[in-house]
Amino acid sequence: MNKEFKTIKTEIRLPYELAYGATWTRFFEGMSNQILYGSKCEKCNRVLVPARTFCPRCFIDTKEWVEVPQQGTLTAWSYVNYRYFGQPTTPPFIGALIRLDGTDVDFVHLLGGFDLSDFEKVRKIVKNGMRVEAVWANERKAHIMDIRYFKPLA
Amino acid sequence: MSKKVAVVAVAQTPGAESKDNLYDQAYHVTREILDKSGLNREKVGTIVSAASDIFHGGISCANSYYWETTGAFLKNASRQDGESLFAFFYGVMRILAGHYDTALILAICKGSENPENDACTLMFSDPFYQRELGIQETIAAALQMRQYMDKYGVTKEQCAGVSVKNFRNALGNPYAHKRGRYTVKDVLESGMLADPLTELQVAPKSEGIVAVLLASEEAAKKITDKPIWFKGYGSSLDNYFLGDRNLLEGQLPAAAARAYKMAGINDPRKEIDLAEITEPYAFQELLWCEDLGFCEKGGGGKLLESGITERTGRLPVNPSGGVLANNPYVSRGLQRVVEAVLQLRGEAGEHQVDGKRKTALAHGTHGFAGQCHAVAILGS
Repeated sequence: MNKEFKTIKTEIRLPYELAYGATWTRFFEGMSNQILYGSKCEKCNRVLVPARTFCPRCFIDTKEWVEVPQQGTLTAWSYVNYRYFGQPTTPPFIGALIRLDGTDVDFVHLLGGFDLSDFEKVRKIVKNGMRVEAVWANERKAHIMDIRYFKPLA
Repeated sequence: MSKKVAVVAVAQTPGAESKDNLYDQAYHVTREILDKSGLNREKVGTIVSAASDIFHGGISCANSYYWETTGAFLKNASRQDGESLFAFFYGVMRILAGHYDTALILAICKGSENPENDACTLMFSDPFYQRELGIQETIAAALQMRQYMDKYGVTKEQCAGVSVKNFRNALGNPYAHKRGRYTVKDVLESGMLADPLTELQVAPKSEGIVAVLLASEEAAKKITDKPIWFKGYGSSLDNYFLGDRNLLEGQLPAAAARAYKMAGINDPRKEIDLAEITEPYAFQELLWCEDLGFCEKGGGGKLLESGITERTGRLPVNPSGGVLANNPYVSRGLQRVVEAVLQLRGEAGEHQVDGKRKTALAHGTHGFAGQCHAVAILGS
């Protein structure tokens, strides 16, 4: 693009090292062992997933760790088919909110396990309220993508 | 409130890319508002700015660079990071506290120089969980839109109708960044981003250096014969993690209730004469109208179709074209104040609403799917 004024092109790259902390560390180590940990609040009895240090609603420490089921119900989804800077996932992908069984908040993850190339086909398969199940990666790194995606249950 | 605070002068830059650099641009807007109010820099009591390091052209920290260009040096000044309607209220409080007669509020965002909004808002996501899944504001909004349409039967055509209205309204707004005559079909076929959102349902990234001068009642009378009075304010903040929230039962009703209480408003449908609200995604205008009490839950689509929210309607919403037409991210809440003031003063030019309007609402939001909301009520 030709501009009538001079511009400077610049790029900023800064390295950071961020602490997971005790709770996230245990949660993600659980994922490397194909376990999804949640936290149960003793006051409101909600099961929060991923696991938390405290219940944001009651504002008290959560003490009880629970292993949550790896099946759940789709509560929202979006078929994403464009690129943006910093994107960790290759489009097309489906961002999703999933209410895992026995939990009281939605888990954010991706849907997959079927052909995503044609949106019209995808739209016939994916519906809010459908049942889904976690599919684990063969090689796991204590990372959120240790689950590759949630696949629809037939 | 025993004391009164007025908006006495406003200034803003156009949303399209300018040749000015940010340093000069902030000076020009500050100079303009001082000239309009007849004050010199020394007379301004205090300055509150709003900016965000992540929306600041890679210049950090976002306030040190422009203290002198905004007239703030040697003053008791501070900066709010994020939504500028919060900065507006901090300025109001400084005057209500009795320490200052005037306060200059500046919102600073040169969107043309930022990476795309989605790259910036990806940094809103926590680094361990949501960011590694690629969740940014547009995807969060798409999830919210899906739930909204599913729960209430609001149609994609009704959502697209917001874009049609607001881009058309923007034809009369010289500061708007995007404007045009589109059909619902144009909007729906404008290219999928994050389904169900299409390109024309997503706000652009715009420039916006926006300034408001506030004054105590006594000082206001010396500066202008058209003061617009601060009547009320409220804000409310939701949980952080997207999955912890009920995306359809957010914090805007709570923010609005606080603002209405302070302003003595009992029935917003009858007592609000126009609204400028922050709708970076078209369907959010419908959802926010419901949350503001302009119609019943799930009735946003029908409200739009009724024509009430048109510029010629009884309760115009975003006669400026709103944020879909102009999205200087951090500045957009304060820009809603500026537009509301122009309307109440009868100075909005080609996008002036019909008839005499006494009470206006300005709304700002920040974070995924409306995580935080702020509402201000202004009156002539």
